Order: sequence, then C-alpha cells, then structure tokens
Amino acid sequence: MSTRQPNLRLSLVFAAAVLSVAACESAPESQVVTVYSSRSHYGAESVFVAFTKATGIAVEFFDGNNSEVLERLKAEGERTNADLLLTVDAGNLWNAAQQGLLQPIQSAVLTANIPAHLRDPENQWFAVATRARTIMYNPARVNPSELSTYEQLGDPKWKGRLCLRTSSAVYNQSLLASLISIHGEEATERIVRGWVANEPIYINGDTQILEAVAAGRCDVAITNHYYLARLLAKNPQLSVAPFWADQQGAGVHVNISGGGVTRHARNRDNAIRLLEYLSTPEAQALLASSSFEFPANPSVPPHEILARFGGFRPQSVGVAAAGAFQAAAVRLADRAGYR
Amino acid sequence: MVLLAAVVAAPVLAVAIAAMEPRWEVWRHLVETRLAGLAWNTVRLLAGVAVGAGVLGVSLGWLVAVHRFPARGFFEWALVLPLAMPAYVYGFVMIALFDFTGPVQSWMRASFGAGAGLPDIRSYWGVVLTMSLVFYPYVYLLSRSAFAERGVVLVEAAKSLGQSPRTAFWRLALPLARPALASGLALALMETLADVGTVSIFSYDTFSTAVYRVWFGMLDRTAASQIALALIAFAALLVTVERWARRRAAHTVSDARRTRRIESSQGKQWLAMAICAAVLGVAFVLPASMLVVWSVRAFRAGSVASTYPALVGNTLLVAVAAAALTVSAALLLAYTARQVRSRRLRALTAVALLGYAIPGSVVAVGVLLVLSHADGLAGAIMGSPPAFLITSSVAALLFAYMVRFVAAAYYPVQAGLARISPAVDESARALGATPRRILREVHVPMLRGSLVAAAILVVVEVLKELPATMLIRPFGFETLAVEVWERTNDAMWVEAAPPSLAIVVLGALLVGWLTRAGARQKALP
Repeated sequence: MSTRQPNLRLSLVFAAAVLSVAACESAPESQVVTVYSSRSHYGAESVFVAFTKATGIAVEFFDGNNSEVLERLKAEGERTNADLLLTVDAGNLWNAAQQGLLQPIQSAVLTANIPAHLRDPENQWFAVATRARTIMYNPARVNPSELSTYEQLGDPKWKGRLCLRTSSAVYNQSLLASLISIHGEEATERIVRGWVANEPIYINGDTQILEAVAAGRCDVAITNHYYLARLLAKNPQLSVAPFWADQQGAGVHVNISGGGVTRHARNRDNAIRLLEYLSTPEAQALLASSSFEFPANPSVPPHEILARFGGFRPQSVGVAAAGAFQAAAVRLADRAGYR
Repeated sequence: MVLLAAVVAAPVLAVAIAAMEPRWEVWRHLVETRLAGLAWNTVRLLAGVAVGAGVLGVSLGWLVAVHRFPARGFFEWALVLPLAMPAYVYGFVMIALFDFTGPVQSWMRASFGAGAGLPDIRSYWGVVLTMSLVFYPYVYLLSRSAFAERGVVLVEAAKSLGQSPRTAFWRLALPLARPALASGLALALMETLADVGTVSIFSYDTFSTAVYRVWFGMLDRTAASQIALALIAFAALLVTVERWARRRAAHTVSDARRTRRIESSQGKQWLAMAICAAVLGVAFVLPASMLVVWSVRAFRAGSVASTYPALVGNTLLVAVAAAALTVSAALLLAYTARQVRSRRLRALTAVALLGYAIPGSVVAVGVLLVLSHADGLAGAIMGSPPAFLITSSVAALLFAYMVRFVAAAYYPVQAGLARISPAVDESARALGATPRRILREVHVPMLRGSLVAAAILVVVEVLKELPATMLIRPFGFETLAVEVWERTNDAMWVEAAPPSLAIVVLGALLVGWLTRAGARQKALP
C-alpha cells in the first residue's frame, strides 16, 4: 500500500489543478461581466477591482493580442462568452464594428463623459483613454528648434539618426492611416519615402526605441507618449523628450484605447455599467495614474509627468478615420519600402 | 487509418480550401513590392540555419560519439539542453544583452569610447545565430546516435587501411549518417519556417510574418491563407528533400559492437571539451543564468503572478495529454505506413506531417474552421446548437497541438520502426499474429525508447508553443508561454523571466532525463 501513496498524492495535485481551472468558470451568471481584452491587464487591474467593489459585479478577463481577440470573437459568433471588448487602437475598434462584432448602446453617462470625437458616431465603441504618437528626441544631441513635422523627419539631416518601429506595428499603421485621411495617399507616400531614404534603424518596441534614443543609438524617433512617461517614472534623468509634431499644421496623431459591448453579450447591462464606470472621473483618475495615458474624460487632469510634457493640438480627424485607411496604409508602406 | 490521417490533415486542408478564392490584386501588390524580399529573406534564413545548425549538430555529434575527452559523458546529454529553450526567449535574452542599449555594448562604450560596439544584433546574422544555437540539438541528437552506431568501427576500419579519422568522417561516417542528418535538418528547418515570435523580436520579415501582416494589417484572411500555402509548399519541398536524402538508406542496425572510443592527444582532448563547453555556455548556460538573475529580481520586486502553481499545472496538464494523443497518432500512422502500401494514405500522412512547418496561428485557424463545421454538424444532428463549445475547449487545444506536432513524434517513431527488421514482422505473421497484436506485443515493447523520446519531444514543444494556445485556449486558461507573451509585450524582460525560466527548467529536466536514459542504454566504455 505504501508504494501507492506517491501516486495518490500526484493524482490529488492533478485533480486540484483541474479544479482550480474549473473554478475560474463558475461565478454566478448575473453578477458577472466577461471582458475580452487586448489591453495589458497589469496596469489596469486596480480599476476593475474598484468596479467590483462598487457594484458587486465580478469582472472576468480573457487576454490576447488585438487581432487574436478579434478572430476569436468572430469564430465564436453568437455563442461567445464575451460581453465587453476592450482594446487599443481605434483601427481595431473600427474593425470590430465593421465586422458586426459590437452593438450600439444608448448611454447618457457615456455621452456626457466622453467627447464626441472620441466615440463611434454610431455608439458602438467609446474611448477610455487617449495616447499621442509623436516625435521623441535626445535633448543632449538635438535642439527642439530643428524639429517640426512628421514629414520633416525625412529631411536628409536625420540620415542614420532616425529610429522607427516597422510598419507591421498597428500604431504605425494608424499613424499612416491618419496622415492619409489628412494629406491623401500621394503626399503620405512622399512622407514615408523620406523616412525610408534616411535609412531608419528598425527596432521592434517603443520602449526599446526610447532606450536607444537615450543611449545615442539614434537621435529622433516616433513613439507613443506613455512609454516615455513610464520610463521617466522610473528614471527622471532619462535623456529623452517629447516633441509635439505638426503643431503649425494638422496636429499630433492621437489614438485611443477603448471598448464596446459585443453583439451577442449575455450580460449586456453589466457590460454597459462597466463601460460607464470606466468613463467616470474616479475610474479615469485610476486609469490615468497606472497607464500614463491621457484621460478620455476632459474633466480629469492627466498624470503630473504628462502635465510636464505641455499641451498640444491633436489632429482634427476623428479617430474613426484611421480604421478606414488601415489596409491602404499597409500597402503604402509596402510601396515605399518601409519595413 | 485513412480516417485518422484525414483527421490530422484536415486543418491543413481547410486552410488550403479557405485560400481557394482568388486574390489576384493582393498578389499583384505583393509581387510589385515585398514578395521578392520576403522570399529572399526566407530562403537565406533557411540556408543560414541549415549551415549553422548542421555544422554545430554534426560536429558536436561526431566529437561526442566517437572521441574520448574529459566530461564527455556530461556533454553527451547536456548538449541537448538548448532544445528546452524557446527560440523567442533566447531571442529576447540575446537582444537584452547584446543590443546597443544592453550591458555588453554599454560597457564597451564606457571602457573604449563612444565608437566601440558590436555589429547590430537585430540583423540577419543575429537571427541565424539565435536559431542555429536553439535548433542544432535536432541535428545533434540524430547524427550522434547515427555516429554512435558505427562511427568508431568506421574509424578503426579506416585506420587499418592507413587512412586518418578525418577521412573516415568525410568519406564514410558522414555519408552513412545522411538519413539522420536529413531528418534532423528537416525538423530544424520546419521550426525555422513556422517561427513568428523570434523573427518579430529581431524585426526580420519572412513568409510567416507576412501571413500576419496581410491577415491583420490588410484584413484579408483569404490572402493570408494563400501566403500560408506558400509556407506549406516550402515545407513540402523540405519533406521531399528529406525523403530523397533518405532514399535507399539501410536503417537497420548492424550489431552495435562494444568498442572503445578514439583517444587523441591530451591537447586535442581539451580542445574538444572547450568546444563543447563554449557551445553549451552560449546556447544554454548564458541565457539560463540571465533568466535566473532576472527571476530573482522579479521575486524581490514582488512582480510574480500569484497564479504560478496553476500556470505550471495547466501547462503540464495540456503538455502530457497532448503528448499521449500525438504519440499514439504518430505510432498508428507510422505503423500503418509500414504495413500497408497505399498511395492515398501516404499522401494524407505527408499532408498531416506538414503541420510542423506552419505557424501555430495558421494551424489554429485551420482547427477552428474544422471544428466550427463539426460544431455545426453536431448541432444539425442533435437538432439544437451544442450545449458546449467544441471550438474553445481543452480538446480543441489538444487537437491543435496534435496537428502542429505530429511530425515531431512521427520521425523518431518511424526511425525506431525502421530499426526493427521486417523479418520480425514476417515471423510474427507466419505464427498467425494479427497486425494489431504484432503492434501491441512485438513493436511497442521494442519501440519503448523511441516512443518515450517522441513523447518528450512533444511535451517540450507544447511547453514552448504560443500562437495556437493563444487562439484556441479555453476561456481564462493560462499557460506559462501565454504568461511570457503577456510580459514580453512591453519589453518587461525581468517580469517575463520567471515563467520563461519555468518553461526552460521543465523542458531541461525532461530533455536531460530522456537523453541520459538513452545514453545509459547504449553506453560505450
């Protein structure tokens, strides 16, 4: 008998593992909202804990990257568990709406809290926060007076001094899409050809690009603002500063992270409550302090690090425009030789 | 058996069928822009990894199998350990260490001035080096056992004819090891073709990254499936070359006589040891130590997920179940191929084996397509939609792993079967045994080593697998690889280290155990 003990113990461990998996799926139906999220949940957890505390509704997450979450939602169709889709980049939300994965909702709270240009005209999705994709430079090596527009990064003086993420990054696809919607394809292709002619150093990650700028691998780059804020929070001496692009022209490219209620949501009301909660000043302040994005609700001030970045004028095109030109942006990058 | 082969081949075929709708316009665009560059990048990556992994695998295999040198017994199994290191983990460690902003180059600039540095790691050479160091064990494992069977005998035969060991290697041992070398290279190159994670870390575009770009950037799944078909064609070419290289190969072993290994001069012995130590150091000890250092840092900072035990449990659960399923399928396929000569079966088996060269995400889409049809069918038969989702259950995940990794199990099993002389089958049949009984009572016991090897290969692969897991895993089901992905997303290397380390440790234990057990079986003095 004694020889059998270890086996028994092993199978108990296995059983416990199986049960612990099963336990994740067995919260009471009515008090639950299921979120398919491509927002990394490590910064934003506190806000969902606060929601559960305030409403008694448990939040369950399924995380994946943008495209995978969408594919999954599509494959599951009407049998999906998802009630709310939370994702980054307006292109992804636009896509989800185009493919009929979301439903329009009427909410006075959301209409009051989120400005019109940060939500879908048909109310299928709403921004939770915004992010600016702008020029970054090393103040030890570049005078900000040398900088002006996205296009100006194609000036020969930046040859070998420019770091870019590839055009496979959805952030760059959205930036190009917004430029297309403002300047047209021809002019945008000229801008991109200018960058490519400067033989940019391709680095696959905004954080790594900023570290490369600080270390002198390159002097200018394009990244999202909050990556810099996160690095500055850890090391205030980091030798990188933001430059708000196109301030005399079309303005800085702004994108959103946000969400929408799925078409086949089983807990539709809970999903709406969560989305509404995320737009309240209380939740917006929590989100802003953990992710360093700009609050979508204009009544909430941004984090103090962002306040030091100074104010800027955003592009006037609605964020929804980006989605419509995403495929065109990818093709344009291919033509221009932008990896 | 045709049914089993068809089931395993179904997702690959489903992708092919989904690709049937013409997309001339996308292809014209690709031909005019990136296609040539992508093809060139893919081909030269395959060539580079073939040379890198081939040279490393064969020369280490030859050293260890035929020569006597200090710590040889240790290196014999330790050199397989890089197999436990996911290529994307090795990639991020390499970049974290050797990039411009990493500690090595920062130190060089601080010591030797701003101009000092290394060539850019985010380049063709960086990818080739990374993949060669991670994938060489496939070649090493297979060539080592081939050399172990007859290497020493051949060298002695050459010596008696007045020829050097070097001649014995080039003229006798290497040509005889060709089948093993071909199978090992085929596995390494299929891994290379299917990889998405590593090449993305290095910003190196290949056909597999193009699948993603067209799928999610241009939002065209049909065109993406067509690019996946191009990948499948590459893989089919590899398999054909592998078959051709194994043609007329006599796999059955002559008696493995107990012979002594070659004893070279003291200096050469130390050189052999130094070479083994250098490869093991760069390919395994260095990255594993970095993971340990970062993990300690992560534990100190308290940024380690509390769900850790569940993550390890989940990962082991699916890995072991997938291995059982996959090895059974591989055994049945290989055994049937041995017994029955059917062209249709052979074609289906060949398609089924291609799953290994296709990115996990594409396999996953094929699996989802097949299962949603099966779901619909079940609904139609039962008159109502099924109560549970086949498409996001653990069963679906295991099915995907089986499709993806059946080749990893098939090759060792096939090699094992090839070592059993057909005379054994004939005698058993002459004594009136049914094919099923021969399999159960003759082959399986004789194959135990191969089966265990196949199972461990599959377990290690499943531990490392990411894209298919991401797409198909049941709601809320997290594995170690998924946790690594979530942390590396924002270049949080320190936070990604503990789950990476867990994958490496689990894999290394299994790989080490497998190879040591194998080594003990046919130990030479």
